[in-house]
Amino acid sequence: MSTFPSDLRYTDDHEWLRPAGDAWRVGVTQFAVDQLGDITIVSLPKVGDLITKGQRFGSVESVKSVSDLFGPVSGVVTAVNGALDASPELVNQEPYGEGWMIEVRPSEKGELDDLLAPDAYEKLVAEQ
Amino acid sequence: MTAQRTPLWDLHRQLGARMIDFGGWDMPVSYKAGTLKEHRAVRESVGLFDVSHMGEAILRGPKARAVVDRLTSNAVAAAPAGKAVYTLLCRPSGGIVDDCIFYKKSDEEFFVIVNASNTAKDLAWLRDHAGGEVDIDDASDRTALIAVQGPAAVAMVDRLANASLATLPSFTFTDAEVAGVPCMVARTGYTGEDGFELACDNERAPALWAALYEAASTFGGLPIGLGARDTLRLEAKLPLYGNDLDDDTTPLEAGLGWAVKLDGRDFLGADALREQQAAGLTRKLVGFRIAEDARAIARHGYPVVDRANAEEPVIGQVTSGGPGVVVGGAIGLAYVPVARAAAGAALTIDCRGRDVAATVVSGKFYKRPA
Repeated sequence: MSTFPSDLRYTDDHEWLRPAGDAWRVGVTQFAVDQLGDITIVSLPKVGDLITKGQRFGSVESVKSVSDLFGPVSGVVTAVNGALDASPELVNQEPYGEGWMIEVRPSEKGELDDLLAPDAYEKLVAEQ
Repeated sequence: MTAQRTPLWDLHRQLGARMIDFGGWDMPVSYKAGTLKEHRAVRESVGLFDVSHMGEAILRGPKARAVVDRLTSNAVAAAPAGKAVYTLLCRPSGGIVDDCIFYKKSDEEFFVIVNASNTAKDLAWLRDHAGGEVDIDDASDRTALIAVQGPAAVAMVDRLANASLATLPSFTFTDAEVAGVPCMVARTGYTGEDGFELACDNERAPALWAALYEAASTFGGLPIGLGARDTLRLEAKLPLYGNDLDDDTTPLEAGLGWAVKLDGRDFLGADALREQQAAGLTRKLVGFRIAEDARAIARHGYPVVDRANAEEPVIGQVTSGGPGVVVGGAIGLAYVPVARAAAGAALTIDCRGRDVAATVVSGKFYKRPA
């Protein structure tokens, strides 16, 4: 049911990353969206905020539950998808497109090596 | 233990339902449309719910009326035949064993539908307290239950039935054939909408569901999962056992005093409830609405706090919470001290470490248009 675009990197917290200039765009995967159900509130940091790999940087309220978003890498937030304030359903509709969440410029380049390739992420999901 | 399946399990899978474990049952939490669309379909047209996981029992015997009167907080036993009555089963402490609906067939026969997760507990409790004076037949494993709810529900089911069901008054029931399937049809529900709940034999349930599904589709209706069942009942301020009610809460605290008839009656828990009524309540279940700019949902278990009490800031607890899908914003139910329970009272809720403002709201969040 889930699909994992081959041009993305992934984390074991079910986030995806895509290069965007000197930053990386971050969202949640179709697998995460399928688990969450309809999303009603997305809480995100502000541009200029620092996030840390593995630490909470935001949260997603779905109808049934709340889930934290964890930093896929450490760095500074360079963009935030403000459209999600009024239209959180974009995450359900286009998790890899209009439903993106933030862009982050990594401060620890080595952390990028820890990101999962699509086949590794697909394997992780298959085990869950 | 493998999860139990209702007779409609295969059909849910075919419809692309996402299944979850609910009290030991493998149940649809949502279908392809998703919880929000399912919720709106029930408010705007019609929705079908498989609630076959709920428990059913028949109490039979010459003494049934007297026994039922002893077990139920509401005036179930004295109701006329054909009435469906919402009631609590209470412990001697006044705490709630379960909330359920009794269907009075006659002074010698009552049908009861109980919460799925409480079926075993309720049956044991009924047997313990019926003292062998009535025959208690657990019909749960042979009975399917389908709810049809929404503004289009009554006309839709009426058209499929061999009897006029549109004239069936609220909280009454009758036997009828719907799409050729013999059913017990009750004008009841758990959504705040008009509609029916149809009980039939397991074997006939797939045929009944198929006919209802086809009819509902022509109205823009949808199958509805447990996710929307929860958001619908919350908007209608209908309590959920295990969330808002339990063995340690009483019906008076839960705002269910209307289903407690104490006058001259001696049912299990009556003495404790009389005492509580005389002494006055210390806490009450209230509806609340989260401040619009808070962008938060207060969920089951979140503490209600008063930061002025530095020593013991927790003054209450959220028991249910979620988005107000049709009424907007975020809504919920919480037990709070009586002094904080009036409409308009300001509450502070600790939402995962963040204090969020909320306001007490009286009455249902959603009332269906007259």
